Amino acid sequence: MTTSGKPASFEVRILRQDAPGEPSRWERFRVPYETDMNVISVLQKIAANPRTIDGRDVAPVAWESNCLEEVCGACTMVINGRVRQACSALVDQLLADRPGEIELRPMSKFPVYRDLVVDRQRLFRSLVRVRAWLPIDDYSDRGPGPRQSQAEQEQAYPLTECMSCGCCLEACPQFQKVDLSEYGEGTSDEQRNAAFDRSFLGAHAISQAMLFNGHPIGKTSAAERLDALMAEGGIQVCGNAQNCVAVCPKEIPLTTSIARAGRATTIHTIKKFFDH
Amino acid sequence: MFQQRVLIVGGGLAGLAASMKLAELGVQTSVMSLTPVKRSHSVCAQGGINSVNELTRQEGDSEWLHLDDTVYGGDFLQHQPPVKEMVDWGPRIIDLMDRLGVPFNRTPEGFRDQRRFGGTLHKRTAFAGATTGQQLLYALDEQVRRWQSAGRIAMVEGWDFLGPILDDQGRCRGAVAQNLITMEIRPFPADVVVLATGGCGLIFGRSTMSMASTGSAASRAVQAGARYANGEFIQVHPTAIPGADKLRLMSESARGEGGRVWVPRTPQDPRPPRDIPENERYYFLEERYPTYGNLVPRDIATREIFDICVNDGLSVDPEKPCVYLDLTHIPRDELDRKLGGILRIYEKFQGVDPREVPMKIFPAVHYSMGGLWVDYERSASGGLAKGSPKTHQTNIPGLYAIGECDYHYHGANRLGANSLLSCIFSGLFVAPGIQSMLGSLSDSASDAKYDPLMQSAQADHQKSHDKWLQRDIGGDNPYLIHLELGQIMTSAATVVRHNRTITEAIEKVNELAERAKKCSLSDRGNWTNQNVIFTKALIDMFPLAKAILHGALARDECRGAHYKPEFDMPGIESDDPAERHRQAEEWCTKFEEKNKKWLKTTIAVLDGKGEPSLGYEEVDISLIPPRPRLYGLVGAEIIEEVWKEQHAH
Repeated sequence: MTTSGKPASFEVRILRQDAPGEPSRWERFRVPYETDMNVISVLQKIAANPRTIDGRDVAPVAWESNCLEEVCGACTMVINGRVRQACSALVDQLLADRPGEIELRPMSKFPVYRDLVVDRQRLFRSLVRVRAWLPIDDYSDRGPGPRQSQAEQEQAYPLTECMSCGCCLEACPQFQKVDLSEYGEGTSDEQRNAAFDRSFLGAHAISQAMLFNGHPIGKTSAAERLDALMAEGGIQVCGNAQNCVAVCPKEIPLTTSIARAGRATTIHTIKKFFDH
Repeated sequence: MFQQRVLIVGGGLAGLAASMKLAELGVQTSVMSLTPVKRSHSVCAQGGINSVNELTRQEGDSEWLHLDDTVYGGDFLQHQPPVKEMVDWGPRIIDLMDRLGVPFNRTPEGFRDQRRFGGTLHKRTAFAGATTGQQLLYALDEQVRRWQSAGRIAMVEGWDFLGPILDDQGRCRGAVAQNLITMEIRPFPADVVVLATGGCGLIFGRSTMSMASTGSAASRAVQAGARYANGEFIQVHPTAIPGADKLRLMSESARGEGGRVWVPRTPQDPRPPRDIPENERYYFLEERYPTYGNLVPRDIATREIFDICVNDGLSVDPEKPCVYLDLTHIPRDELDRKLGGILRIYEKFQGVDPREVPMKIFPAVHYSMGGLWVDYERSASGGLAKGSPKTHQTNIPGLYAIGECDYHYHGANRLGANSLLSCIFSGLFVAPGIQSMLGSLSDSASDAKYDPLMQSAQADHQKSHDKWLQRDIGGDNPYLIHLELGQIMTSAATVVRHNRTITEAIEKVNELAERAKKCSLSDRGNWTNQNVIFTKALIDMFPLAKAILHGALARDECRGAHYKPEFDMPGIESDDPAERHRQAEEWCTKFEEKNKKWLKTTIAVLDGKGEPSLGYEEVDISLIPPRPRLYGLVGAEIIEEVWKEQHAH
């Protein structure tokens, strides 16, 4: 310990994997302490000097990042056992919670490409499944959109902050990794999407469906979204563990969206029954 | 029958706006991006998007005044027809984004709310909390996903643009790119390639920009012969949160909603800021700029904050330069409703609640006003001709540039909340022009006759990539070279510029560029090798860094963000009316001489050795004649009076 109560350095344990299908392994690095560090600057330090604690020169750790201010969602990983963004994981806080060491792992619900980089295509596929867009006529000049009250804006706004980071999926007991190994090496996009489309959508996509169904223009295609929520891998898979809302970095009311989706799909089923 | 295709490189606001419009026009379009497009840097834009609106119109505002504010704020360096067209489109663009579901803040009656931004006296800025860029980007991302699911747009995410493919006539026929995961290098034949790759903040090391904003794509176009314009005009944003890995933006909207910038009158007053009484606080922007107050244009606010810390020694923190940005007088619920996003960023990264304690902020590199030189076709009414294939095309036929990576719209200084407008506008506007360009072509890049061209372009890039992987170990470390480059550029080419410092910086950067070429990789594998991708981007930072430095060295004047104290034109201090008048006349003459010499676009091209050489081009100032930019200048009234006398006819 230095005189200021801060360590001179700390240890970082990283679960590494060279490529898909390769075994994973732990590697340990010692990083000199500086003020104002976050996990991104820790990874940058390691990249600049990739030498393990036992003196082996290794390849730098691969990780994803872009905005570094927790609005792009890229740098999501499991830090000291909790899924979150690396940019907003401050070293001082991490060391206060667990002195001496920081542990980094890739998200476990998505296939690892390398080290901390995972393949999150499934997450974006879910947005296609629930048709997470407004079906406006065209991009010509047709005047303003529908007038909305402050209350409507304030209900929609938190849902629009979803940055597709995947925290809610990592924490969800029902969201399981999709096994594409049956397709072998050259999985086609169609095969992959078909496999994704049978699997659980996840809280983020359910919440987006509710966002668009709540919009005056989105309402016109609400039935299609509800059908998607009721199809295989839809809302019925949700086990109501409520982990999603607890880990969401944007504090999006995901369980409120899920509850609303549950009610809306029930009504939709009854309506469909009587329409036949 | 041939199938033509457009390749958009970059999935931020400009790239996505162009691709959805092209898809609507029925043009086959691919979007290439380093990241899933939803993670593009546009998400970092916070404060809002400008346009004239019904309320400002009732105060006498008009598109013409938006044009005037933009060119006056930009110190008249931008061509005026593109700006005129952009501001005319402003209201329609906000309406379109509204229809696309952007959750703009609302008034109690349900109208879109607006706030004031810098460099204007009107409340033109529509906003969605303090995450407007994110919301706008998501709306476009959703539309592009809609087209993608209908098979009308192909996404090429996770690929790095390595360079355009030019045929022997010099026309762009596609691009070579590299997959960031598999490292595969392959050609993408395209009849038009559009670069929408953003700014180059990483050349300055830390900035408010994202990790993808290396400028490498623009640089690769420049290395293929594209011209780079006004590179020396780099916006340094007045208010950012200093950090070890990044300087995080603290939006101008904080001041737009009433935030006040101040320092204690006593240097490094040890009292907590809220215990310092009003009369011991120095609200230096409000005192020095009574009309605009805290909302002077960015270049001016930045210089004042820099000056108060560096020259006046009034930084609030003895360890590092910073000033207070104070919101604590505004009610909490209002702050949460209008600025929640940025306040949470401050809270998360600084561990301090800005609703209770004034924020500590300092300027940071933020935006590239300069960029790839692109053409335009003027219309009879002074705007842009509709559907012209010339508009936004670089000097390489078939290669276009839009968004932050081109040089139109912002001149020598960008006004806050104009960038989101220029990105969406240039994306939407360019689409019909590209369609007419395609119509004028008699073949397609996917024709078999172009196969040899594609293969040889791929082979060249593959060879240079393989060479990197075969490098010996023990050379310089690319990450440390980047650090050094950032330090040199930040000290020589940001807020205050001196010819001596710039000259030294050019020497250092030249030497560093040579060292960079010989640097070693710590990863020589061929799978998700971020080390080699970064190193190649680093190498490509140098041509732009040199263009910025050479442009700055040559330009012996002050204009917008480019400030050289040696060439500053101080105000009028004399009290004697006759003497004041005489000095003002002299000032105006000097001003006209300066414009004659320097009201020109700087254009850098790379010579045979890859070094920039500079040329200059006249600026189209046909709509609003340049006039002295007098925000807060001492003696501004008399200069204005004399200027009007001289230009009465």
